[in-house]
Amino acid sequence: MNALNSLMDGFGTALTPLNLLWAALGVLLGTAIGVLPGIGPAMAVALLLPVTYGLDPVAAFIMFAGIYYGAMFGGSTTSILLNTPGESAAVVAAMEGNPMAKAGRGAQALAAAAIGHFAGGMIGTILLVALAPTVADLAVDIGAPDYFAIMVLAFIAVTSVLGSSRIRGLASLLIGLTIGLVGLDQMTGQQRLTFGSLQLADGVDVVIVAVGLFAIGEALWVAAHLRRGTAAPIPVGRPWLGRGDVRRTWKSWLRGPFIGFPFGAIPAGGAEIPTFLSYVTEKRLSKHKDEWGKGAIEGVAGPESAASASAAGTLVSMLTLGLPTTAVAAVMLAAFQQYGIQPGPLLFEREPELVWGLIASLFVGMVLLLALNLPLAPVWAKLLRIPRPYLYAGIMFFAAVGAYAVGGEVIDLVILLVIGLIGFGMRRYGLPVLPAVIGVILGPNAEQQLRRALQISDGSVTGLVNTPFSVTVYAVIVLLLAWPLVKRLVLRARTRTDASSRA
Amino acid sequence: MTTRTELPEDHEKPAAGRRSWLRDHSELGVCALLLALGVLVLTDALTMDVDITQRGPVGPKTVPVVVGIGLLVIAALLAVDVLRGGRGEAEGGEDVDLSEPADWRTVLLLSGIFLGAAALIEPAGFPVAGALLFWGAAFALGSRRVDHDPLIAAVLSLITYVVFDKLLGVPLPGGPLMGVL
Repeated sequence: MNALNSLMDGFGTALTPLNLLWAALGVLLGTAIGVLPGIGPAMAVALLLPVTYGLDPVAAFIMFAGIYYGAMFGGSTTSILLNTPGESAAVVAAMEGNPMAKAGRGAQALAAAAIGHFAGGMIGTILLVALAPTVADLAVDIGAPDYFAIMVLAFIAVTSVLGSSRIRGLASLLIGLTIGLVGLDQMTGQQRLTFGSLQLADGVDVVIVAVGLFAIGEALWVAAHLRRGTAAPIPVGRPWLGRGDVRRTWKSWLRGPFIGFPFGAIPAGGAEIPTFLSYVTEKRLSKHKDEWGKGAIEGVAGPESAASASAAGTLVSMLTLGLPTTAVAAVMLAAFQQYGIQPGPLLFEREPELVWGLIASLFVGMVLLLALNLPLAPVWAKLLRIPRPYLYAGIMFFAAVGAYAVGGEVIDLVILLVIGLIGFGMRRYGLPVLPAVIGVILGPNAEQQLRRALQISDGSVTGLVNTPFSVTVYAVIVLLLAWPLVKRLVLRARTRTDASSRA
Repeated sequence: MTTRTELPEDHEKPAAGRRSWLRDHSELGVCALLLALGVLVLTDALTMDVDITQRGPVGPKTVPVVVGIGLLVIAALLAVDVLRGGRGEAEGGEDVDLSEPADWRTVLLLSGIFLGAAALIEPAGFPVAGALLFWGAAFALGSRRVDHDPLIAAVLSLITYVVFDKLLGVPLPGGPLMGVL
């Protein structure tokens, strides 16, 4: 009941005319940027961060919520109409959505995606309202060793669950941790990796790292391999759904969130695995199995709904534990830190207006998204025709604006370019970008928790494992680490029995 | 970072084989960079003078030492992986065509334009520097519409300046031009 009251207060905050305006602006900007080919949600959110710098935190996060959902929806529009998913979570949307668009059912595919996002976001946010305060209450008692364990879990999960190579994931994480070390040590004021430079003593701003790796790195990488003659997007009218389509999809819309939400909340979940799981589930349950691969509408509705709900799940761990599980959440955490707000169990007590305003504006943003995007879809589709030189020049332009806006210092632009070049090299050699960003954001925090825990235990390492919670987390970590080894042993055993039975 | 795939200039005939070996194993450059980074972090950590400021059992040195050793270990592991034939998969994308070799000229040109704009932002103001950045980047990426591009760049830059500086309250330097207007 308490949560409901707080939510009502949140709506009071979110529904003031000015905040409604920010939410609408965020949805429009987020969709517009997210639709642009080559820009995934993480880059969209990083590029749009500076827009919120001049606002007070509540307005900024209300706008941010709109940007987040708008960018996710925009990304699926690109997948459906251009068949070139910008990020892994949108791959599934392209699998059925693009054949639909090719068959002249683009309007229905977009409508199924938009309503899927709406349904997934709504259910996901309701689950967020129901669960987040409880998680926060439980987490209030957890101490430094528990936090450290959670962060180690995040590091391990992000390097070994995602991506194809653990070594490369770890290399990326270590690069991020190194960047995070630059500056004054938070506990003693000791200079680290500053080389006597006053500017570096402040550390490298997380926003600059995120914009550099996501935006500049991507722009340079594309510039080196720019495709000549890009694929033409499929023109589309106003999205709508016939009664038959609705009958086929409503169950998919409702199923998606329950697959998406839990995966969003756990580290290294993101939307990649749940969208795929939802796709497989819908395929198995479908009565139109012959249509799969040629444009089955359930294959758009379910995964999109799951993706949207996983975004809400992401917010649970981000707001209650300060733990970013996706790239977008990592950028959002950076945004919180910009305002000197540390997400965590105490956030709900210390900043109720902010948190509940943000959650309420998620609902508001979703309604706006549906109301704006269905009529505007043909306009968004036109954005796909933007000439590529303008698109990537624009990305570099806004990245520069963002980095300069952080502190008004030219040196930040130079650092941005250097980090962009690192991002370029990482793309060239298959080092995933997300572990580096997580390393920069969580690294300094993890170090502080580690040192605090060891201070309490007076240097004894047992101080890191003296709570049931931390022991549980370390057990999960061991499982994660051992999993490929176990898999390999099982496979080897199986091939051996195969070979012996053949002989 | 851009130099890692540039290969040593001619070394007579056996160099051809060596060069293609190096091209196939250019990822070893990543190992070298990780190694260098590890050495840098360790040197910085070990030369730290902390005995007075250190509080608690874990001082400011510990984590950098762990990260530095981690970098060295991962550099070695990556080198082993590359020599065994492991390759990092280059990232694909909507506008990425991996069948063509990398176009280094554009990357260098873009970096140069970006640095140039960074140098101009304070003396010339954001509207001018931003417009040059956009036009220059679009030019580097292959847009040659001399009649359109500067105009688009100027309008984009000016609107961005006004929106950020005047409406959103994010200060950007106007430069002499805005002083005149």
